[in-house]
Amino acid sequence: MGSIQQASATVTGTQAPVIAITELAKSFGSRCILSNLVLTVPAGQSLALIGANGTGKSTLLRMIVRLADADSGRIAVLGEEVGSLRGARLKRFRSRVGVVFQKHNLVARISALSNVVHGVQSRRPGPRSWLQALAPADVRAEAMACLEAVGLADKAMQRADSLSGGQSQRVAIARMLMQRPELVLADEPDASLDPRAGREIMELLFRLTRDKGLTLVFVSHHMAHARRFADRIVGLADGGVALDRRAEACSEAELAAFFEEPEEPAPAEPAAPFAVPVLA
Amino acid sequence: MSVAPPLSGHPDRFARPSAVAFIGSFLAIALVVWSFSGSELSAEKLIRGIPYMGNILTRMFPPDLSRIEQIFWSLATTFQMAVSGCVLGLILSFPLAILAADGLSPHPIVRTLARGLIAFFRTVPDLIWALFFVIAVGLGPAAGVLALMIDTIGYAGRFFAEAMEETDKGPREALSTIGASKTGLIFSAVVPNAMPSFIATSLFCVEKATRASVVLGLVGAGGIGVELKVAFDLFDYDTALTIILAVFALVVAVEQIGGWLRRRII
Repeated sequence: MGSIQQASATVTGTQAPVIAITELAKSFGSRCILSNLVLTVPAGQSLALIGANGTGKSTLLRMIVRLADADSGRIAVLGEEVGSLRGARLKRFRSRVGVVFQKHNLVARISALSNVVHGVQSRRPGPRSWLQALAPADVRAEAMACLEAVGLADKAMQRADSLSGGQSQRVAIARMLMQRPELVLADEPDASLDPRAGREIMELLFRLTRDKGLTLVFVSHHMAHARRFADRIVGLADGGVALDRRAEACSEAELAAFFEEPEEPAPAEPAAPFAVPVLA
Repeated sequence: MSVAPPLSGHPDRFARPSAVAFIGSFLAIALVVWSFSGSELSAEKLIRGIPYMGNILTRMFPPDLSRIEQIFWSLATTFQMAVSGCVLGLILSFPLAILAADGLSPHPIVRTLARGLIAFFRTVPDLIWALFFVIAVGLGPAAGVLALMIDTIGYAGRFFAEAMEETDKGPREALSTIGASKTGLIFSAVVPNAMPSFIATSLFCVEKATRASVVLGLVGAGGIGVELKVAFDLFDYDTALTIILAVFALVVAVEQIGGWLRRRII
């Protein structure tokens, strides 16, 4: 990872940061995931988080919306100190951050439209946001517009568990749009999809966030997606930021280095040849 | 053809029981023997009882249909008791199940109390609840309805709570991230996913309540059970058989419709 660290150069934004993380540390038991992490994301930027499994990418996204707590350090998002948020303030904060998960996390037995209507729950709590059938006309219209934006208006009344993986992820994006977020976090939205569907989802997510001028932070193991849909790529390794530069300045080989296995010594020759059954 | 490997390399067919397993098996057998010794059941008694059984069965046939209309209305009352007791129980068990469900209950103490109450309702037999309510509200179907309600809470409360605990955590987390309230999260993500279990449990409750409602009449809680007790007390065995056949028809019909609905809905 040494060559990557040498090549790293911080990308500085000119706008006020949407995310400002300083000296962040997180461990699971004795295993240190993140230590002394510093990261600033300016408004409107599309940032790709890359790194091998276990380098803390998903944990970092979870800590940004306080689904997980940091051991130490400070996370400021959209002007809020995330660590100090509790109760109603935490709910209000979360409503400003849209999250797209690797698994779409839709409610299986209800319609796509009802799932999208759920996105309004922070703004319009109460029984009328539980199902599309109970929702007010303006909420239904907005949910339909969100489904239209992801190209699934014709599947509005279809049950979520009857949709394909790519369609389900689109509905999850529509639900996120319904939330009217100011910041979008996406944790490997392309991971459980075939290459074409994965690319389409990333294109859709990038286009929608760019059109609305939203900040997008996404985790991806597809280096082509990172280079194509991010303004900036941040690579995590050894508990911290090992690469931070503009996407167009990152080479394939440089990014691939994040996923290379450390070299292991060649296995010793077996002491005796394997016994082969003799056929009569 | 390959050479068969030596048998010595094979594991034993049966593992040698441990001392604990051996003592456990011995205690289990001792428990069964002890239980039979206390039941005063003997071959001699059974043989002596055969002529009496034969006598009762002979007097039961043919079933007396002269009071069929009265029996029909008593059976209808029994079914009304079952349905209303069950519906009341299901309605009350739902909020209690939320309080008892891990991850949904507002506080661990509330959860423990709710679980304790559900367990108490379940462990006390419905006949005892019926005796209690007969004393509290008097003879008649109302006592039966209340007894069935409590019994249903004990049964459905537990299964509703377990069904909600077992639902996929992903949608809950997604809604939590949106900033949904706990109530919103329960009704939007948990209830729709637990609905098949809710329906299956509710249908079983109706079947269970129908069977139980017959017995509750024996202690004065209304319905066909009262008719059955009177028939046996007056040695009116042919009427008793008519009642038993009517109960059988009702229970089978409820079970069949319940099974059909389960297949259709779930």
